[in-house]
Amino acid sequence: MRKMNLAKCLTGIAVLLVAPLVLTAQQGESHIGKLTGNAGTGKQLYFRYCWGCHGFRGDGNGENWLPTGNYPNGPNLNIQPRNFVAATFKCRSTPTGTLPTDEDVYNSLGRGLTNSNMPSWITLTNQNRADLVAFIKTLSERWKTEKAGAEINVPAEPAPTVQSIQHGKELFTKLECWKCHGPEGRGDGPSASTLTDSNDQPIRPYNFAGGSRFKCGTTNHDLYKIFMTGLDGTPMPSFADVIKPEDAWDLVHYLRTLQVSRKSPELALWEGTKEGAEIVKAQKVRGTPTGSGVNQ
Amino acid sequence: MSHWDSTLLKRGMRNHAFSVLTAILVLTILLVDSRSAAALPIPGTSVRAIPAFARKYGMPCSSCHQAWPMLSPFGQAFKDNGYQLGNERDAPIYQNPAYWPVTFRMTTFWHRENENRAQVDDPTSTTGGQIEGNLTTHGFDWSGLDFHTGGTLAKNVSFYVLPSSDNTGAFHFETVFARLDNVAGTSWLNIKLGKFELDNLLSEKRILTLTNVSGVYTNYHFQPATENNGLNPAFPLFSFGIGDNQDGLEIMGHSKDDRTRYSASILSSNDGTPNLPTSRTYDGFFTFSQAFQVGSLGLQRVGAFDYIGQAPTYFQFTEGNNSGIPGNAAFGLPGTGIGNRRFYRAGLIGQFYIKKYDLTAMYFHSSDDKYLATGTPFNPAYGTLPTGAQNAIWNGALFESHYTPSPQFILIQRVELVRMSQQALPIVPGTPYTPGVSVPSLSFGNENVYTFGGRYYPFISSRAGFAFHGEYAFSHQIGTSPVTGQNLDFSSLLFGFDFAF
Repeated sequence: MRKMNLAKCLTGIAVLLVAPLVLTAQQGESHIGKLTGNAGTGKQLYFRYCWGCHGFRGDGNGENWLPTGNYPNGPNLNIQPRNFVAATFKCRSTPTGTLPTDEDVYNSLGRGLTNSNMPSWITLTNQNRADLVAFIKTLSERWKTEKAGAEINVPAEPAPTVQSIQHGKELFTKLECWKCHGPEGRGDGPSASTLTDSNDQPIRPYNFAGGSRFKCGTTNHDLYKIFMTGLDGTPMPSFADVIKPEDAWDLVHYLRTLQVSRKSPELALWEGTKEGAEIVKAQKVRGTPTGSGVNQ
Repeated sequence: MSHWDSTLLKRGMRNHAFSVLTAILVLTILLVDSRSAAALPIPGTSVRAIPAFARKYGMPCSSCHQAWPMLSPFGQAFKDNGYQLGNERDAPIYQNPAYWPVTFRMTTFWHRENENRAQVDDPTSTTGGQIEGNLTTHGFDWSGLDFHTGGTLAKNVSFYVLPSSDNTGAFHFETVFARLDNVAGTSWLNIKLGKFELDNLLSEKRILTLTNVSGVYTNYHFQPATENNGLNPAFPLFSFGIGDNQDGLEIMGHSKDDRTRYSASILSSNDGTPNLPTSRTYDGFFTFSQAFQVGSLGLQRVGAFDYIGQAPTYFQFTEGNNSGIPGNAAFGLPGTGIGNRRFYRAGLIGQFYIKKYDLTAMYFHSSDDKYLATGTPFNPAYGTLPTGAQNAIWNGALFESHYTPSPQFILIQRVELVRMSQQALPIVPGTPYTPGVSVPSLSFGNENVYTFGGRYYPFISSRAGFAFHGEYAFSHQIGTSPVTGQNLDFSSLLFGFDFAF
């Protein structure tokens, strides 16, 4: 009896001793496909490339960050860099409120975040980006206590049709997307000027007419994920509990037709209808918001 | 105290103070050990580091520069993309209206220069005899001033203007161009027009060394010792270096991640000088390179380049030639240079990263036509080729390595070698070099250049740059001393403050 207790006791001690080591080792790593990122190497890279914006502590308070109002151009120029300590990430494949997967962060580094100062780091090696992800994960307590969320299921995309676009248009109105994004998707809805992000900084809704990349990707698949996971830290919520997957795809197809300065199968289909042609023509006449005639 | 409680500056100073002291000690030993000096040109080649870009995007200089002014792969991609990050915030309309994309850079320093065999008057001669003397000079000095202004005029339209002065304040335009980026929406087509640095993978404008001996790459400017001998006054000066900025039009393309790059340029045959001073012909420059990822080591790049050029050997017309010498090039009418003869500069390059250590290796193969190499007009009315003249051919090698323990500190080492493989003039052993007649050996004019140095950046920011710079360079050339035809050595030692804002 005493021997068994001793064995259990020793086992317990061993577990207590080893577990933190295992957790620490896992926390110092990232796993993207066959790549294993190392936080030590990532730290060196962070202090070469990232600290100017994201700060020494990773809290988004780098020397580049000046709160809105310090520049006349306001939020156009200055979007606060990601706060890695808070570990709230816009671009995820996981449900709202959860941590992203390593691959989500890795993809953000490679893609960059359009309409912000975050460039694409595709020129770094894949290993470098994996190392950076590993280091970023050491910056927040959340990574020590939480696991990344489970990736959402993205069903196969049905082929776009005029009917799916029209249904998406109805959803756009029903879900009140227009309140922020505007009736024509120009980011000029009635609520647009009041929006702030989780840092209490003004934020502009995406302007579909500009035709630029989305924050979190370029494909229909990416667009689907954006409104099914939400952009955490921004007013853009997750619609995962509100619409069915097939409705979500219809919405994707309609949103593509709002990108009037960008060719897409959905836009071609929509312009093939009388209703769509008139809408698109009217939207094109208004030009781009910058007035330069170039897709800024 | 956690690692977060100290700043990068403090960390860097703690980590590298010993390394800096060691570097300074090594350089000091070299100073004591080196022997004697000459009144040589002042260091201060036009070099580039652009805090204006850092200020625009709020990124630290270490993002684009492995150690400024040397670019990192990310900085090279930024440059190749027309000074754009591609985040839809590149156009000037997104900048604070008060933002003005200007940077200046200057260097203040102490330097010591030595030439072992300089041509001097013979104090014992009453007939103006010349001898060779060992000359040394040293003292405090400063470089020329560079005003860099560059960036975007609109999305995918970029520009660069660089007024540059020598250290007396005499300005010229080192770089002037506008560039159409991502033409037709593809990164494979970018068009640049103006005066610009050739698309050299090892950029001389971003060279890390500053001394008189090693402020430029020897292989980029080498011309055989038999050239420009001044024997035939009808022959215009032939000066060329692929390190020189050239006037022309460049088409350049690259993959999105910048792993694959190419460029093709058509250039006026004037070595970057304005107003078409010599001929109306054109040269071509072509490059291609491919980068590979090798595990965790970093990005490895290999490439090739070829410059195919021509230069005039006399002028079709002169104006005001009252010298009595037919076709005197001193009176040549600009733009009428003819009798063009060919030259080329070809090579291979490899850039290899092994974590914090990187090595650039280059091989050069070059040739100048026999008329250019002997200073002979391609016109019997003005002169004939020396007996036995042939094209000058030479090979070169460059090995430059860096150890960069942190973005704040870099150690630099470089070896350059130039070896003649065919002299333009006949070889007559045991006879001193006789211009236009013969050379003493195949190795006549061969050159070795050795450089060691270090740079320490006490702070890294997105606003300005500052570096402590220490460097020693030594060059050795076979048989070219001006009077006795012995080996000619130069050495240069420099300590200074290099700063940009």
